[in-house]
Amino acid sequence: MANLHTDFLGIHSPNPYWLASAPPTDKKINVLRAFEAGWGGVVWKTLGSQVKNVSSRYSAVDYEGSRVMGFNNIELISDRPLDINLKEIAECVRLFPDRAMVVSLMADNDRNSWHELIKQVEDAGAHGLELNFGCPHGMTERGMGAAVGQDPEIARMVVDWVMEAAHIPVITKLTPNVHSVVPTGRAAVEAGTNALSLINTIQSVTGVDLDTFIPNPNVGGKSTFGGYCGPAVKPIALKMLTTITQDPVTSKVPVSGIGGISTWKDAAEFMLLGATSVQVCTAVMTHGFRIIEDLCEGLNNWMDEKGFTRIEDFIGKSVPTLTQWEELDINYHVVARIDPAKCIHCGLCYIACEDASHQSIRLDYGNPYNTYTIKEEECVGCNLCNLICPVDGCITMVEQRKGAEYLNWREFQRRGLPLNDH
Amino acid sequence: MISNNRLTAEEYEQNFSDIHPPFETRDAALVEANRCLFCYDAPCTKSCPTHIDVPKFIKQIVTDNIRGSAHTILSSNIMGGGCARVCPVEKLCEGACVYNLMEEEAISIARLQRHATERAIREKWPLFRRKPATGKKVAVIGAGPAGLSCAHVLSREGIDVTIFEKESKGGGLMTYGIAAYKVTPQFCQEEVDYITSLGGIQIEYGRELGRHLSLDALRRDFDAVFLGFGVGLARQLEIPGESLEGVVDAIRFIYDIRSKGYPTVPVGDKVAVIGMGMTAIDAATQARRLGAKEVTLVYRRTQEEMPCTEVELDIAKSDGCRIVWLATPKEITGSGGKVTQLVCRIMELGDRDASGRRSPADTGQTLTLDVDMVIKAAGQIPYSALVQADGLANTNGRISADKQGVTSLAGVFAGGDCVNGGKEVVDAVQAGKHGAAAILQYLNVPVNVPASS
Repeated sequence: MANLHTDFLGIHSPNPYWLASAPPTDKKINVLRAFEAGWGGVVWKTLGSQVKNVSSRYSAVDYEGSRVMGFNNIELISDRPLDINLKEIAECVRLFPDRAMVVSLMADNDRNSWHELIKQVEDAGAHGLELNFGCPHGMTERGMGAAVGQDPEIARMVVDWVMEAAHIPVITKLTPNVHSVVPTGRAAVEAGTNALSLINTIQSVTGVDLDTFIPNPNVGGKSTFGGYCGPAVKPIALKMLTTITQDPVTSKVPVSGIGGISTWKDAAEFMLLGATSVQVCTAVMTHGFRIIEDLCEGLNNWMDEKGFTRIEDFIGKSVPTLTQWEELDINYHVVARIDPAKCIHCGLCYIACEDASHQSIRLDYGNPYNTYTIKEEECVGCNLCNLICPVDGCITMVEQRKGAEYLNWREFQRRGLPLNDH
Repeated sequence: MISNNRLTAEEYEQNFSDIHPPFETRDAALVEANRCLFCYDAPCTKSCPTHIDVPKFIKQIVTDNIRGSAHTILSSNIMGGGCARVCPVEKLCEGACVYNLMEEEAISIARLQRHATERAIREKWPLFRRKPATGKKVAVIGAGPAGLSCAHVLSREGIDVTIFEKESKGGGLMTYGIAAYKVTPQFCQEEVDYITSLGGIQIEYGRELGRHLSLDALRRDFDAVFLGFGVGLARQLEIPGESLEGVVDAIRFIYDIRSKGYPTVPVGDKVAVIGMGMTAIDAATQARRLGAKEVTLVYRRTQEEMPCTEVELDIAKSDGCRIVWLATPKEITGSGGKVTQLVCRIMELGDRDASGRRSPADTGQTLTLDVDMVIKAAGQIPYSALVQADGLANTNGRISADKQGVTSLAGVFAGGDCVNGGKEVVDAVQAGKHGAAAILQYLNVPVNVPASS
């Protein structure tokens, strides 16, 4: 049985799963239930300026019968009094000393406010601080949240202030609402942040009600841009994470990965791309704390299967395999192959290839079942048919190298090799 | 003893309630609709005689385009609502569903089709519009599936259609010849009303060809005639005792159930049903549901060769019907003019016949069933006399017509059971479409009617 114990800059947790700063971590009752369920840690919902919330606050994107493929919120930071939050944090730390207690902060935009808030939170017994530079709604208008994270120089200044006061590890949380997360990440690292976390939510409009013509969520006849998260954002988060774990400056600090993590597989992927811990919110908001059981068991079984005994054995393992397009091997070539024994004759591969790819699938009409075969000489190995096929293992991509040697685009050009082979 | 009124009102209600109830909620329909893979050149569509674009209508349910979904179905099959209830889908669309090849449950195409069409029919959505009148008029004989389907296509193209129907209601076999737990008489009425709500279709009830009408006169008075009068005469057993009291034919039995009300229809304590087709099953199961204590289906071949589907057989079995394979009626005996026994020859399977089915051969042994009622469901025969009297080329009373429904008489077209000898409702609907296409061509009305294969 592998060991899931996580040491994030000395913040220890029995597993790498933390609850992200959000409604599930905004009060003692939730956090104690989470710890009882087995969560490794929490990032307490952001403390700071006084706010007032509206309703409704959430909306979602459903897809072909699956609810909440993407989730959107316009809720602000904690709207509970600071002293109650601090008292409850202290109680949670006392009752579950082995769990990570990180507190998210968003102070008013001046040095003293930050210093004062940090002192109070440290006094409550928090193990770490997470700076909320990412909240994309409500706070930005006051020059906070994403307004800080979107400007590397403002971020640098705030991290400077924080590092003057902090005695416990500081994690700077990055906003994805930028063309690249790296400049703000670098600024934060250069200003001394001990770690980074990403991503925060992505600005979004989840949809428009076709009866009322009002976008979601509807707040008394109006809506506003919200923060998008959930399974739909995972690929974007993985990309942004990788830009941080590959950058020479930002890769020096550990990262807590966030963005659509719903299963142990998602977590393993974030960790393979360099996350030391992972944070979960939407999956808990839709299914409750009980999902921690399979998050741990699944990761554990996978680690055993792969021969990993500690999470450090695989953290970052996939980072070097993501490269520039120019480095890819042009001689590597695959073609699709359809297993006739498994084919159910649905024709999905055919119509996708015919209408949207390279017309590489042959159709022989039958009644009622057509036969589909790959025209290997036409197939560019794009993978579309394989992705669409509803039968596991029916279409496989078979390697048929164009040449024995590794050949990248630069070398290809240098040799003046012919283009347009399709 | 043969008697009626055997059950309470609640029992009748329960016994004849919908065997394939619709999805109760939109969510329930969506769960099923979302399973559909949206196949290309889909096997389900190819297996539907009317070629309903099944993946498209299911996708339209998913996108909350129920109106579009109903239109997709009804534009291929104007009786798509009724077919969703009575089609033997296990050998048509659902039987071809690719999920069968994955050892998964086929998509419930019929229930989804019912979901999409139900509101359209009940709320009379005007999904179709007539083109301006052409001034042409066509007579249709029979307001069954073939005739209604033909009439609807013609009327859409601006033809004025008069349907002559010998019964007092439209729908034909759908209204008079199918188990009531599959499709209610009330729905049949709604479906006919929906079809005629297009306008341009007049139904004259109680008007029978050969009795109140002559084909010659119709040919004179109309620009073209479509014959869709079906089949209807029960095949006789030609055995001793067939005229005893208690011997009835299944067509009549089902007709009475559907037209007179359940409590009025008499049924025996111990009933034998001869045959193993859909009509035999419908008669046997409904005999049970009317309160018969024992129902035995007698069939001269084996399960391998039976004309009904496995699903139908299962309905009979779960209704508690007994099945005697490899037995054919030899004699019905009686006492005091009433049925007391059915004597059967025990058969064995011999060589394959022209249809590829193995023919039953007499073993010389017999089997006797104590029964007080015998229902004959050994097939239906065409209205030969009518067909011959009108001088139509025919084969054993079945009108000879090409695939488009063109008969030997100029301007006379035919389709459905009166041509094919008795197939499914959905086949008749398609024959009606073909007939309409041929009529439009004959009348030089330029249209683009889907002349699917």
